[in-house]
Amino acid sequence: MSIGTAVDNKSSVPARRNFVSRLWNDKETRSVIIQIIALALMFAFFASLINNAVQNLDRSFSYEFLGQPANYDINQTLIEYDSRSSHLRAMYVGIINTLLVAFCGIVLATVLGFILGVLRLSKNWLTNKIAYVYIEYVRNVPLLLHILLLHGILVHSLPRPKNALNVADGAFLTNRGLFMPKPLPEPIMWAVIGLFIAGILFAFLFRRWAKKVQDETGKIYPVFWISVAAIVVVPVIAFFILGKPVAWDTPELKGFNFRGGMVVRPEFMALWFALSLYTAAFIGEIVRAGILAVSHGQTEASMALGISRGRTLNLVVIPQALRVIVPPLASQYLNITKNSSLALAIGYMDVTATIGGISLNQTGRAIECMLIVMGLYLLFSLLISTFMNWYNNRIKLVER
Amino acid sequence: MNNATNESPPKYELGAHPDLPPPFATSGPIKWIRENLLSSPTNIVLTVLAVFFLYKIIPGLASWVFLDATFDAASRNECRELGSGACWGFIKHRWELFTYGFYPVDQRWRVILAFLLFVFVVVVLLWENCPFRKTLRWFAIGFPFVAFWLIVGGLGLESVPTDKFGGFMLTLIIGITGIALSLPLGILLALGRQSNLPIIKYACIGFIEFIRGVPLITLLFVASTMLSYFLPPRVEFDLLLRVLIMVTLFASAYMAEVIRGGLQAVPKGQTEAADAMGLKYWQSMRLIVLPQALKISIPGIVNTFIGLYKDSTLVIVIGMFDPLGIAQATLADTSWQGPSTEVYLFVAVFFFISCFLMAKYSLYLENKLHTGHKR
Repeated sequence: MSIGTAVDNKSSVPARRNFVSRLWNDKETRSVIIQIIALALMFAFFASLINNAVQNLDRSFSYEFLGQPANYDINQTLIEYDSRSSHLRAMYVGIINTLLVAFCGIVLATVLGFILGVLRLSKNWLTNKIAYVYIEYVRNVPLLLHILLLHGILVHSLPRPKNALNVADGAFLTNRGLFMPKPLPEPIMWAVIGLFIAGILFAFLFRRWAKKVQDETGKIYPVFWISVAAIVVVPVIAFFILGKPVAWDTPELKGFNFRGGMVVRPEFMALWFALSLYTAAFIGEIVRAGILAVSHGQTEASMALGISRGRTLNLVVIPQALRVIVPPLASQYLNITKNSSLALAIGYMDVTATIGGISLNQTGRAIECMLIVMGLYLLFSLLISTFMNWYNNRIKLVER
Repeated sequence: MNNATNESPPKYELGAHPDLPPPFATSGPIKWIRENLLSSPTNIVLTVLAVFFLYKIIPGLASWVFLDATFDAASRNECRELGSGACWGFIKHRWELFTYGFYPVDQRWRVILAFLLFVFVVVVLLWENCPFRKTLRWFAIGFPFVAFWLIVGGLGLESVPTDKFGGFMLTLIIGITGIALSLPLGILLALGRQSNLPIIKYACIGFIEFIRGVPLITLLFVASTMLSYFLPPRVEFDLLLRVLIMVTLFASAYMAEVIRGGLQAVPKGQTEAADAMGLKYWQSMRLIVLPQALKISIPGIVNTFIGLYKDSTLVIVIGMFDPLGIAQATLADTSWQGPSTEVYLFVAVFFFISCFLMAKYSLYLENKLHTGHKR
């Protein structure tokens, strides 16, 4: 406190006033006092919230409703589910749908984003400007609008099942979704799948071994092509040698809709494309900034050492650019996962629409349901950021 | 001199020959095309692909949007008779709904007045050479109260319930309030996160990470369904107010992270120097640290503003009628049922213009405040 007040109050309570002002003027005690007050305020705040909730709730707080039948249908289910399944089951379906669209969105957005970033850096004026116009349009319009727009276009411009577009053999594009043949693997098909997994494992080990050899002797193996051969070519050859051991369940037009096969619904397509196209614009700018952040001297030095253009890109530019790209990229991945909750607006049944939407409305258990939904999103965010932090630590600059 | 070129070559003294024009192929548009479109085989391929792409897209789009489109029709059926392209007739018939929502017709002058005042305040705040800027800035402080009084009513004006708000007006209300409140809150949270006091620090970290970990939609659900449980019995909060609080809290967490980046970029020596000068905590923050930190974080701050502004569309999921909500209501109307593309594109244009302007202003501000050495 200022000296003035201390002097004024001297006559009334001099000793005490001095004590308080001394406490306040001491840095250490002041910080303790502020923290105690803050803690007390927070405690009071939460206590009053809980107290109010207890007073307002005329029922107990319980998760028993999760075991009761959900009584609603879900249009896209990757695990078994019908309207007699429990709310818990509906939640699992929602979680899987969220993770599915988030994963697909992350993959597609990354690919498109890197393409956009490179186009944006291209010396070609026309492609550069096309990428610029695209990025500016997409970034300045809300994602929800993109989702609704795309959903509207898909539903209204695609033909009815009766005159479906036959995009490929056995695949039909209609306004009810993309109907595709469903593979029914015969037992021997598992051998091909096993080969594929073995190929991935081999590529991984081979890469490590090749790096070791290169470190010791300087000999360079064509790691990329050998990996491609192991992962793709060998299983494909095995597939044909074994006589294509897959039966196909092709969709057929029955009545007003297709039966059989598998279907990618327009809701999923709209959400997936909108999420990817939207986030790709942001990733494109991130990639551009990352590549621009690598100073030109690095490329020139590499060229001066006689390293080829492709290797320069692979060994000099990209590793350095990735260090700048990865942290913001991680937050874009988090954004895709969280933005997938906009599925609600077009009726894609993700975790917000199932447990946080219909289940909530049916049971009236708002607090319980919202706690589950928020907890799940926090968990997803935590998992993704842990993974990206691990990756970031792996590629970051190793300093002394 | 000019005539000389046609006649016999004139004699020049040494060094007095006028400059010849550069060769045709290395100047002007030809040079530009060669350098920017045809400089290498990859470049040529890209150009051909881009031209093909544009050729596929542009004519069809132009005829759909303008040439074959109908601008003056009372319903979708009338549109179909008049042209094969887009049907923009709904704009003329419904623009009032798109602008004001369900705000009473005879009270709309209040919204217009508030908007004009807002434009005035923005001009005063953003235009440095504005006459009487110092005096007028005081008006900017009073503006929120005046605008609140004008739009909500009371004190002599007829009061309008907030569920009548809608359209672009609602977007602007949520956007402007959120932007104005989330910046100071974000600064406080960022400072709290950097604080030496562990309790304050961890409270801020907890808040920021929680908000950043959940989607805005769930927070809006909390605002619309759950919040009433946590308030004392018989205390009613207006839904718009609850939404404003949630949107502000949401944006302030992101803002805090952006500003934290700026704070971390300010060298520690600056704070130490301020301490050595005997400045108190708030003085050193206000005078030394924050001006530098905020300058660095301008792009991030504006990005958060734009994000908040765009996120205001999410209020349709809890039943408020922002432009998207009005668009959906339009599509539910029997006379405008059908393809939704035009209606959504119309709303998209509104958002594009406002967000693009914000982004451009941020670029201008960055350049203006860039006082360091430019390369």
